[in-house]
Amino acid sequence: MNSTSKPPLLRVDGLRTVFALPDGREVAAVSDVSLALNAGETLGLVGESGSGKSVTALSILRLVMPPGRIAAGRIHFDGQDILALDEAALRTIRGRKIGFIFQEPMVALNPVYTIGQQIAETLAVHRIARGAAARAKAIQWLEAARVPDAARRATEYPHQLSGGLRQRAMIALALCAEPSLVIADEPTTALDVTVQAEILDLLRELRASLGLALLLITHDLGVVAEMADRVAVMYGGRIVEDGPVGDVFRTPAHPYTQGLLACLPGTSDGRRLTVIPGTVPSLGQFPAGCAFAPRCPHRLGACDVAPPATTSIGADRRVRCVLHESATGVTS
Amino acid sequence: MTPLLRVSHLVKEFGGSGWLRQRTTVRAVNDVSFDVRAGETFGLVGESGCGKTTTGRCILRLIEPTSGEVTFKGTNLATLNSHDLRLARRDLQIVFQDPYSSLNPRMRVGAIVEEPLIIHKIGNKSERATRVAELFTLVGLDPAHGSKFPHEFSGGQRQRIGLARALALNPSLIIADEPVSALDVSVQAQVVNLLQELQARLGLTYLFIAHDLRLVRQVCDRVAVMYRGRIVEVAPADELFLDPAHAYTQALLSAVPRVDPADRTVRVVFDHEAYQAEPLREISPGHLAALR
Ligand SMILES: Nc1ncnc2c1ncn2[C@@H]1O[C@H](COP(=O)(O)OP(=O)(O)OP(=O)(O)O)[C@@H](O)[C@H]1O
Ligand SMILES: Nc1ncnc2c1ncn2[C@@H]1O[C@H](COP(=O)(O)OP(=O)(O)OP(=O)(O)O)[C@@H](O)[C@H]1O
Ligand code: SF4
Ligand SMILES: [Mg+2]
Ligand SMILES: [Mg+2]
Repeated sequence: MNSTSKPPLLRVDGLRTVFALPDGREVAAVSDVSLALNAGETLGLVGESGSGKSVTALSILRLVMPPGRIAAGRIHFDGQDILALDEAALRTIRGRKIGFIFQEPMVALNPVYTIGQQIAETLAVHRIARGAAARAKAIQWLEAARVPDAARRATEYPHQLSGGLRQRAMIALALCAEPSLVIADEPTTALDVTVQAEILDLLRELRASLGLALLLITHDLGVVAEMADRVAVMYGGRIVEDGPVGDVFRTPAHPYTQGLLACLPGTSDGRRLTVIPGTVPSLGQFPAGCAFAPRCPHRLGACDVAPPATTSIGADRRVRCVLHESATGVTS
Repeated sequence: MTPLLRVSHLVKEFGGSGWLRQRTTVRAVNDVSFDVRAGETFGLVGESGCGKTTTGRCILRLIEPTSGEVTFKGTNLATLNSHDLRLARRDLQIVFQDPYSSLNPRMRVGAIVEEPLIIHKIGNKSERATRVAELFTLVGLDPAHGSKFPHEFSGGQRQRIGLARALALNPSLIIADEPVSALDVSVQAQVVNLLQELQARLGLTYLFIAHDLRLVRQVCDRVAVMYRGRIVEVAPADELFLDPAHAYTQALLSAVPRVDPADRTVRVVFDHEAYQAEPLREISPGHLAALR
C-alpha cells in the first residue's frame, strides 16, 4: 500500500462496523474501509453527512457503543493490534498516544472542571506530571494553543469560553500528552471562517513542531485541500477514492468525487450550480451494487451487481468504480 | 427608481429593562440601511451573531425594531396596524435555515403548505387543494406526498416544503435566512438552483442571508457585509469579491479555504480591538464602504 518500507503509524484493513436496527437487522455504517497514515502525515477524510466518517474514527479508537459493533477488519497502530487490546491497554492509547478533537467541544470538555484542571488531570492520568508541575504545564499547553491570557483562562469553566477558545482548549487537551496521532472530527465546522482559519493555522503549526500525524475529518473540501497530504473520499460507508490531495482534486477519478467538486459554488460559470441528482440514502437503504449508482451519470449494468472492488490507478491512488476496474490490477 | 425594499437606520436592542437598561442592552442591529431592488438577489453576509437574522426578522416585524424605518413598495411597515401588516406580509415571506425545526412535525406537509391560504382566507377547500398541488409541483415535489409528515422527507425536500409554503401567497420578496446551510453540498446545489429558477419564473426578489461567501458570490447580484450589528460594505457581488475595500471584508474573504491552490490568497487578519465604526460612504459608483 505504501512505497516506504517502514510500516505506517496507523493502518486500517477491511474495517466493517455495523449497527443493529430496532427490527434486529444489522446494517453496515462502514464497509471494507482500508487506510494508512504515516508518522507526520495528514489524511483528510471527506464525505457528506452519514457517509461513515465519524464511525470510522470511533472504530479506530474502539469507542463504538452498542447497538454498534466492529464486525470485521484489523486496526494496527504503532505496532499494536487495537482490536486485540484490553480496556486498560486501550486507555493508555486513547488520549496518550492518540489524541482526539471533536466537532462539539462541549461534549469532550467536562462542564464541572476548569479547563486547567482537565488538562492537569490528563497529564496525571498518563503519569506525565502531577500537582503544581501539571498545573504549570496545563498553562503552557493553553499558551501553545494560543489561548490568550492562559493563566487566567485555565481557571475558567468551558461554558465561560467562546466557541473559538473552547476549541483551542480542546486542542490543548488533545495534545498535552504529546500523542503521535490526532484524530480531529470536524474540528472547525461549528466555527466562523475567520476563527476556522486561526484554528487551522494553529493545527498546522503544532503538527509541524510536534511531528503529529493527523486524521482530519471534514465535509469541507477546501479545508482538506489546504491541510492534508492525502485525501480519502467516503460515500455510503466505503472509501470510494483516495490519493494525494492535489492529484485527486485536479483529476478526480470517481464520479462521486467529480460531482462533489463540480457542485461547489464558484466552480461553474454563470449562476447555476452543477448538481448531483438525488440524495444520500439513509443507513440500510443503499443498493446492493455501487452505493452511488442511483445518482451516477455513468451507471452501467455491472454497477448494480456488487459493490465495485478497489482498483489501483497510478501512484498512490485508488478508486472503487467499475469504470476503472479494467484499467490496472484489482488490489482488494 | 424606488427600491422594492428600503431599510433605513434600523436599530434593534435586546435585553435590559427598567433602570438597568443602559447597561445590559445589546445592539444586535445598529443603524442598518440598505435598498433591495425589484428582481434582484441581495446578499447579507457576516459571521455568527453579527445581526443578520435579527435584521431579517425586524423587516418582517416578527420582532419589533427599536427604531428605524422599513419601507416596502413605498409603505412604511413600522406604522402599519396589525390588519394592514398582515396584508403586507402576504407579499413578504421568510424561509428559515433549519429544515428540521421550521416545519411543525405533527402536521402533514400538505396542510403545512395550505395553512397560509387558510389564515388569509384564500379560496375554498378544493381551490386550496389545487393550489397546494401546484405549489408542490413548482418546487419539484410529488403532490401525492402531501399526506406525509415532515420527518419522512430528507433535508433538501423539507427545504422545498418550506419554500412551497412561503410561495403560497404569491409574495414578491422572500427573505431566505441561510436556506441551504444545513444541507449537504450536493443537495445544497439543487435547492439553490431551484431558488434561481423560481426567481426567473415568478419574478421574485430575494434577501439572501448566508455565511458561505462562495455561495453568495455565485447567486447574489449585490452583497452587504455585516459586522457587529453594522453594515461595513455594500457592493455588486463580483466587485466585492475582487476588490473588497473594508479591512473586515478583506479578512473574511481571505479566510475562506480554497480547493484550488491557485485561488489562495494571503491571509488578512482583522484587528477587532482597533475596529472603529464609520458611516458608509460611496467609494465608487454602487460600492459603499464604512471607511473614513
Ligand atoms: N449510534 C448509532 N446508531 C445507529 N446508527 C448510527 C449510530 N451512529 C451512526 N449511525 C449511522 O451510521 C452512519 C454513518 O454515520 P457517521 O456518524 O459516521 O456519519 P458522518 O460521515 O460522520 O456524518 P456527518 O458528516 O453527519 O458527521 C449514518 O447512517 C448514521 O445514521
Ligand atoms: N431574542 C434575543 N434576545 C437577546 N439577544 C438576542 C436575541 N436574538 C438575537 N440576539 C443577539 O443578537 C445578536 C445578533 O443575533 P442574530 O441571530 O441576528 O445573528 P446572526 O447574524 O443571524 O447569526 P448566525 O449566523 O449565528 O445566525 C447576537 O449577539 C444574539 O445573541
Ligand atoms: S461503479 Fe458505476 S454507478 Fe458506481 S460510480 Fe462507478 S460508474 Fe457510477
Ligand atoms: Mg460525523
Ligand atoms: Mg442567523
